[in-house]
Amino acid sequence: MVIKINGKNENVEEALNLWELAINKKLSPERIVIERNLRIVPKEEWKEVVLEENDQIEIISFVGGG
Amino acid sequence: MEDSLIIGGRSIRNRLFIGTGKFPSYSLMQSALEIALPDVVTVALRRVDSSSKEDNILNYIPKTCISMPNTSGARNADEAVRIARLAKASGTGNWIKIEVIQDNKYLLPDNLETLRATEVLAKEGFIVLPYMSPDLSMAKRFVDAGAAAVMPLGSPIGSGRGIKTKELVDIMIREIKIPIIVDAGLGSPSDACKCLELGCAAVLVNTAIAIAKDPVNMAKAFRDAVSAGRRAYLAGLSPDNMAPNASSPLTGFLRNENG
Repeated sequence: MVIKINGKNENVEEALNLWELAINKKLSPERIVIERNLRIVPKEEWKEVVLEENDQIEIISFVGGG
Repeated sequence: MEDSLIIGGRSIRNRLFIGTGKFPSYSLMQSALEIALPDVVTVALRRVDSSSKEDNILNYIPKTCISMPNTSGARNADEAVRIARLAKASGTGNWIKIEVIQDNKYLLPDNLETLRATEVLAKEGFIVLPYMSPDLSMAKRFVDAGAAAVMPLGSPIGSGRGIKTKELVDIMIREIKIPIIVDAGLGSPSDACKCLELGCAAVLVNTAIAIAKDPVNMAKAFRDAVSAGRRAYLAGLSPDNMAPNASSPLTGFLRNENG
């Protein structure tokens, strides 16, 4: 199924949860924040939140800035 | 008595805040932070680029620092609020530098949208430091909106042109009771020193340190300049006066009394 991640369409397997999405992308969970359809999903919920078709996902982390 | 600045209930001893952008590497940034020992550093949030294997910048920031995320990239109040909430969710605390910029030519902030975001976020319990174009009535509105400090610009971001807004910042210092922190445009340690001499509570410096040939020594130079400027402010500068006033006795003591 297709979901939007950081503004780009991506194909992901069915029934994937947010935790698995992060691991598949080789992102260490402690350095990222995930927003799903404009709602920030707390890390404790990542394993329960299953992706659905057309979900809009933002994956954010810190970078240098002034 | 210890001269510390209180913001959001935290005692801040080092009045040099440092931005973490544009350093040649995270390890050089870390060395610069370790020598300047700021109490407050700024960071930004971005979408992750899963193709790049970038380290977590927070691992290079001393644990004693308050990491204050900014809302750079926000073009209006709603985007700034959204970024602030994401920042909070990532666990760095509740300090936020609000930066709302629509003007991509000069990177000057939008004071009105910044004020709207300040109102919302202060109510949510954030420690809000808005980046603003210096203006007294706007600064008063930021105070009413619950800002913890205000951050007027010295000159455009990254320009290194120094404190071109001195007269306006000076008025803000005289009239506004919350800390005034000059942010943006300071190019040299003497610029930072000048801000502290004027009575600014602190300065935020990024580019001038990060792109120096030797960022570590430049960080130290800024730290020393900020400390000197603060000390001069506390000691009381002599009044700005065009009329000369001799600093040595003017009596011609080698001349004969009766000529």
